[in-house]
Amino acid sequence: MKFDKPETTNPIDQLKVVGQPVNRVDGPLKVTGAATYAYEWHDPHARLAYGYPVGSTIAKGRIASMDLSRARTAPGVVAIVTAKEAGQLGKGSRNTATLLGGPEVEHYHQAIAVVVAETFEQARAAAALVHVTYEEAEGRFDLTAEKDGLGPTESDVKVGEFETAFAEAAVRLDETYTTPDQSHAMMEPHASLAAWDGDKLTIWTSNQMIAWSVGDVAKTLKIPPANVRVISPYIGGGFGSKLFVRSDMILAALGSRAAGRPVKIALPRPFLMNNTTHRPATIQRIRIGAGRDGRITAIAHEGWSGNLPDGDPENAVDQTKLLYAGAHRLTGNRLATLDLPEGNAMRAPGEAPGLMALEIAMDEMAERLGLDPIEFRVINDTQVDPGNPARPFSHRQLVECLRVGAGRFGWAARDARPGTARDGRWLKGIGVAAGFRNNLTMKSGARVRLDRRGVVTVETDMTDIGTGSYTIIAQTAAEMMGLPIERISVRLGDSSFPVSAGSGGQWGANSATAGVYAACVKLRETVAQRLGFNSKDAVFADGEVRSGDRRVSLAQAASDGELVVEDTIEFGNLKKTHQQSTFAAHFVEVAVDAATAETRVRRMLSVCAAGRILNPKTARSQVIGAMTMGVGGALMEELAVDTRRGFFVNHDLAGYEVPVHADIPHQEVIFLDEVDPMSSPMKAKGVGELGLCGVGAAVANAVYNATGIRVRSYPITLDKLITQLPGAS
Amino acid sequence: MRAFTYERATSPVQAAAAAAANPDAKFIAGGTNLLDLMKLEIETPAHLIDVNGLGLDTIEATSEGGLRIGALVRNTDLAADERVRRDYGVLSRAILAGASGQLRNRATTAGNLLQRTRCPYFYDTAQPCNKRQPGSGCSAIGGFSRQLGIVGTSEACIATNPSDMAVAMRVLDATVETVKPDATTRRIPVAEFHRLPGDTPQIETVLERGEFITAVTLPAPVGGKHLYRKVRDRASYAFALVSVAAVIQQDGTGRIAVGGVAHKPWRVEAAESELPRGAKVAAERLLAGATPTHENAFKVPLVERTLGSVLDEARS
Ligand SMILES: Cc1cc2nc3c(=O)[nH]c(=O)nc-3n(C[C@H](O)[C@H](O)[C@H](O)COP(=O)(O)OP(=O)(O)OC[C@H]3O[C@@H](n4cnc5c(N)ncnc54)[C@H](O)[C@@H]3O)c2cc1C
Ligand code: SF4
Repeated sequence: MKFDKPETTNPIDQLKVVGQPVNRVDGPLKVTGAATYAYEWHDPHARLAYGYPVGSTIAKGRIASMDLSRARTAPGVVAIVTAKEAGQLGKGSRNTATLLGGPEVEHYHQAIAVVVAETFEQARAAAALVHVTYEEAEGRFDLTAEKDGLGPTESDVKVGEFETAFAEAAVRLDETYTTPDQSHAMMEPHASLAAWDGDKLTIWTSNQMIAWSVGDVAKTLKIPPANVRVISPYIGGGFGSKLFVRSDMILAALGSRAAGRPVKIALPRPFLMNNTTHRPATIQRIRIGAGRDGRITAIAHEGWSGNLPDGDPENAVDQTKLLYAGAHRLTGNRLATLDLPEGNAMRAPGEAPGLMALEIAMDEMAERLGLDPIEFRVINDTQVDPGNPARPFSHRQLVECLRVGAGRFGWAARDARPGTARDGRWLKGIGVAAGFRNNLTMKSGARVRLDRRGVVTVETDMTDIGTGSYTIIAQTAAEMMGLPIERISVRLGDSSFPVSAGSGGQWGANSATAGVYAACVKLRETVAQRLGFNSKDAVFADGEVRSGDRRVSLAQAASDGELVVEDTIEFGNLKKTHQQSTFAAHFVEVAVDAATAETRVRRMLSVCAAGRILNPKTARSQVIGAMTMGVGGALMEELAVDTRRGFFVNHDLAGYEVPVHADIPHQEVIFLDEVDPMSSPMKAKGVGELGLCGVGAAVANAVYNATGIRVRSYPITLDKLITQLPGAS
Repeated sequence: MRAFTYERATSPVQAAAAAAANPDAKFIAGGTNLLDLMKLEIETPAHLIDVNGLGLDTIEATSEGGLRIGALVRNTDLAADERVRRDYGVLSRAILAGASGQLRNRATTAGNLLQRTRCPYFYDTAQPCNKRQPGSGCSAIGGFSRQLGIVGTSEACIATNPSDMAVAMRVLDATVETVKPDATTRRIPVAEFHRLPGDTPQIETVLERGEFITAVTLPAPVGGKHLYRKVRDRASYAFALVSVAAVIQQDGTGRIAVGGVAHKPWRVEAAESELPRGAKVAAERLLAGATPTHENAFKVPLVERTLGSVLDEARS
């Protein structure tokens, strides 16, 4: 099905099942432990062996020698694979560094060998016996040091004459903000079980993008994609770190080939930070010029980040093209080559760090203008793409988000003068920030089957990374086929199913359900035909198909055998003619200990405008999870770079702190009533990343309101406040 | 993790003798620290002596009016003990400020005293670390040192002792009771129990080879207000950037010990005489000669301000 004109009325609009706060259909499986995660696949008949990775202990250079002799003779060892044994490997089109390094070493903890043994413990013990010597090369590890050489590039986006307009502006801001490297730190580490049957490879894994994985596994191992099957029905969080094939898949496949047995691997937790990907640090310079009336006349956002050779920048400036009005604009990314581990997507790549900076800048600018930060944003709202005014937003309710949130949160009671609200030993403050994330759409397919019991089974390689995909897909099929949700069975995460959008970039929910919608439209037609209905008049409800006086049970259509249809939704030109984005307003109250400068969040509210909310319960969970991640980014998360040795030092969950329950207070989420007929037949958009975008700045602005201290470098830890707090010596 | 042999100790002396007989042996109590370190091959004992079957898990009154806490009393039980909560509140509060419920259920009194540093370089066997591998150098100096020590450090090591409980034990003038392989016993004031790093940061306590902790005793209660303030980057489940254990009397005198700043719980009795004059003066005495790094210099004002806040609370 091609989606290329605004949607009119369709069966989803009934909202009998879609739009309802349905419990997760996979919830019972998960709370009883019956959902099989990657490392839990177990076939008692397979002679399973266990792999353990060996990581490089230098950041850059060459392996001079590798002594495997002690490891080979260690108890239980079945096979050891290094780059030498693996032979010529390719590289996935979405990988920057190779997944099995050697002799060249590209980053710290790059996998350079896998040891396979009878048990996990034996593999781990033997891996520690692999002795490696290196010829270390000098590397570049310090973004600040590299920044100076990096100026404007040809890909800078310019609208009007920024420099002139900025110089002439009555009120100006020119500040630099920094965000650190961050780790996804999801609960479930990367894990894979690989098994070969002749030249056919099956990998049970934990991955967000099944079809990408098939392609990149095939490319890496230089085998035909048709020989690769990837299965990933349950995923314990990914946040982008499982968008791509990582070393667990390749090491399991190579280990299994060498051992002649299925091999299971989980990356040890300390590998997460340096072996896999991370969100790269940024340095961001923001310049805003405005008239005394508060109208922005000039806005520039430049972002510096680093990555391995051939890596991409962290695109922290993108939202600044679209979020606020202003005739003269400049945005650009500058990319340094760094020999740190590979930087790549982490939840809301670009916008998350970009808004952490931009939305502090807006708060600062409002203060300079003597305007309320909400009013300043309202004044600069735009209903069209400011770089191309002929292109309207499909639906933009940022102002409504801010207004509704202000009322709900009690914004009016806030004293704009910093450092004035006190509660015992705590300094209290309230902050606001806008949230913005583009609504991406991706081609997405599904197969639907109707059986003689009247059960509809949906099959798609869509993944559920804890987001609720199973549930919203079941809701979609139930709505379309007029069935209760119990009569829908959803099967996900298998490359033998039709290729879907997968989970990333908050495109999954809208795109994948639209794919299921398309397949269900086809199934409805097939059913109507079978039962002799005119498919235009047929009503699917209560397990029946009805038209006029005639009603036949849906199951009847499959009485001669299962009906199976498949379709794919493809998105046409609407995203070109209309800018599709999601919007939010985040409100945060913090308390800062007047003595120790510890910052604790007291309450949070996010108001989101993101198209139709397919399931308010799972969507709310997404947003509160994102708000929590925003608090982490604002207050504690930072991969500490050792710029001498080129690695992230705090590479475990004791050193890399993420929020715990005690850090997270009352959280409230409001979804504005919205349908966006430009986005898809579902009229939905994404929320999973929106909930993170801007939260960090709302925290930072609240800290400023509490203390009068403007911290422009995340995370806002107490050391950045303590010497400026009142009463400090 | 390396392969190891395993035995269950039958008595404290037998445990001590078994440990002395095998230079690569280690006692295992709750295992919450030792096992983590073994998995990373930071500790590589060839033999484990499991002491969990030895009893030593009761808290008894001493004839001096104090308490004797068995070495294997779990942190949860110690923090919940009615006498501890009434007379030694700082100890209960310090324990509850540490780790998590599950960990405290396993962690023992002796094991807690002997838990090892959380210096991140100590945890990465590929990095030089004098504590883990004597003579290899100290990566933290000139590296990521935000969490590390500011007083009593050395050129060999700037690590801190991460225990919360030990800070309270120090302020309470606890005594560690041990038995040696030859069955002799000794009582070590907790003040002398942990060592400064000096040139041998790998040697963290004065315990001798095989020496086994049987109990920790607390002297008779001293009254006063008992406070423990732990300052950290998140609200729970994090090691202290700085912590202050305090027992403050009505007249403003009292005792204080500080965690998160040194290789041992940091207490300077001379600084306590300054307490009535306020936190600034007391903190100056307490941290005299401090040598913070660029990254952890904030701990100096942080100690002063935290102390000030604790004194305010004591007065209120
Ligand atoms: C995730 C995590 C978070 C934590 N957070 C904190 C925190 O915030 N604050 C805090 O203070 N602690 C914290 N801890 C540390 C915890 O308190 C210690 O792990 C625990 O107290 C150790 O006790 P154990 O009985 O398990 O010791 P074990 O691991 O069994 O042993 C530790 C050491 O003591 C030796 N030993 C044990 N018993 C004896 C004995 N009777 N005589 C001589 N030697 C003995 C062992 O040989 C070993 O060397 C944390 C730990 C973890 C894993
Ligand atoms: S501070 Fe001590 S523990 Fe840390 S690296 Fe240096 S020697 Fe090792």
